[in-house]
Amino acid sequence: MTMELGEDYPEIREAVARICENFPGEYWRRLDAESAYPDEFVATLTREGWLAALIPAEFGGSGLPLRAAAVILETIHASGCNAGACHAQMYVMGTLLRHGSKSQKERYLPAIAAGDLRLQAFGVTEPSTGSDTTQIKTRAVRDGDHFIVDGQKLWTSRALQSDLMLLLARTTPADEITKRGNGLTVFLVDLTEAVGKGLEIRPIDAMINHNTTEIFMDQLKIPADSVVGEEGNGFWHILDGMNAERILIAAEALGDARWFTAKAASYATEREVFGRPIGANQGIQFPIARAHAETEAADLMARKAAALFDAGKHCGAEANMAKMLASEAAWHAGDSCFQTFGGFAFAREYDIERKWRETRLFQTAPISTNMILAYIGQHVLGIPRSY
Amino acid sequence: MKVLVAVKRVIDPNVKVRVKADESGVETANVKMAMNPFDEIGVEEAIRMREAGTADEVVAVSIGAQQVQETIRTALAMGADRGIHVNTDETIQPLAAAKLLKAVIEKEQPQVVILGKQAVDDDAGQTGQMLAALLGWSQATFASKIALGDGEAEVTREIDGGLEVIKAKLPMVVTTDLRLNEPRYASLPNIMKAKKKPIEEMTPADLGVDPAPRLTLVKVVEPPKRHAGIIVETVAELVDKLKNEAKVI
Repeated sequence: MTMELGEDYPEIREAVARICENFPGEYWRRLDAESAYPDEFVATLTREGWLAALIPAEFGGSGLPLRAAAVILETIHASGCNAGACHAQMYVMGTLLRHGSKSQKERYLPAIAAGDLRLQAFGVTEPSTGSDTTQIKTRAVRDGDHFIVDGQKLWTSRALQSDLMLLLARTTPADEITKRGNGLTVFLVDLTEAVGKGLEIRPIDAMINHNTTEIFMDQLKIPADSVVGEEGNGFWHILDGMNAERILIAAEALGDARWFTAKAASYATEREVFGRPIGANQGIQFPIARAHAETEAADLMARKAAALFDAGKHCGAEANMAKMLASEAAWHAGDSCFQTFGGFAFAREYDIERKWRETRLFQTAPISTNMILAYIGQHVLGIPRSY
Repeated sequence: MKVLVAVKRVIDPNVKVRVKADESGVETANVKMAMNPFDEIGVEEAIRMREAGTADEVVAVSIGAQQVQETIRTALAMGADRGIHVNTDETIQPLAAAKLLKAVIEKEQPQVVILGKQAVDDDAGQTGQMLAALLGWSQATFASKIALGDGEAEVTREIDGGLEVIKAKLPMVVTTDLRLNEPRYASLPNIMKAKKKPIEEMTPADLGVDPAPRLTLVKVVEPPKRHAGIIVETVAELVDKLKNEAKVI
């Protein structure tokens, strides 16, 4: 197989970095302290067209490949910002784009591209099922022109800042399905209609400012035409979107890694103790150098995954491996940056502790490292299933 | 009416500039470059003139090696209509820049030419004035407001201790000050459109200009390092040091 390294989009990097310059560390620290949503940052990215990068031109976006979206998110993170507040718009939209009906696409995509509608929330995970997505219990039962939904979702981020939510719910009881993964359906829920009428959103106080929530649905009535794609095939519809999500999360982790490494390298060069730069000590220098090498390696895997995705080929293994390698590279880069800065790393004004907390997430979500290893073991290497 | 804007590629103002070891200049290899911030203000002003309907075309011009096309592309992504690249590897000093721009202006016949009041790399602050003199045009430097009228323009200039408002006939050379406007971001759709906008290439020879430097750069050195301060014990000691060591009182 031959593979291109992937377009590098220098003009996109430059333009996005330019926006990020106006959202410095103190902006994010203030939001962090107040658990507030980065309204101005998201509004700026939306206004300048960045969140519509993947939406086809016919619906008002730029119709760029996933690789371009990865470059946008990597740049945001490499600039010290965090795209968590808005990245979901990029990959959640993919399910609607690939499986939505013509009328759904025409109704929602142009408004999403213009920033009039926010589709940030993706309700999949449940308290009792975790990564075992095919076993979710939230139930949607047909009732004439409607579905009645009962259940609970956990770790649904930005539900309070979103107008629309993609919801995965069971439409066929688990004991009646013929194939594991069948019987689930994707719905596009209008949160502005649903809140207070059978749907309740409660914010979760978490280690990082990700505006995450839990959602309770009690006899929530949603129109039947809110089904996205085929009823019963929802799990298969969202799988594609999950690969896109992993590739984009890998890009964010790579951005974090680059931010940590650049910060550590610069401080190791400037900071003098015992009469010379601390970076002249191999104990300081080598962990930074190793983190850089890991970052570059993870970058190659992320580019491969994006190239396969954009060519419409299977990329499950590559997307998973890219996410795992990039999240670990970022973690090691963060650790070496922490160690390089000594006590200063604990001072909030250096932003290291914030980025360090933020980048820890990527080893856990949207899929944990163990689940990726289990996937590689079973599906790539053919070893018996371990769970 | 056509507006021509000169844009210069300089070291990104956020980058810490390092002097070359041989003191022949500053390091530019592998250093992040950007459009001179005052030129960005110029591009923004020209686009606003077109949006207001007072101008109908904005042309961005840059002089330098192949990479300056990236800077022209940035101007196009902000909204300029087309670009002109005067391709040369020569070090361009203000007089050479003014002569090259004059030759381009004679071809393009714009009514307004906007330049930054200075480029943040060499801080010469001469090109706009030299250009106006060579063309024999009106000049309005350090502009913080430009109001275009019929065949004339009223320009507010930032001067020591206040503002000065002048009125002059078009065609005119204007140089921008910091407070003229706040430049927009290059949006994603406009970056995509900019890829299709034309950039015309020409050389100093095509324009009949010899761009060779007239001045010799002797050396470039780092500013002196700041030394650590001291803590004085008494007010009397402070006064003594201010008087006898610093000699400021």
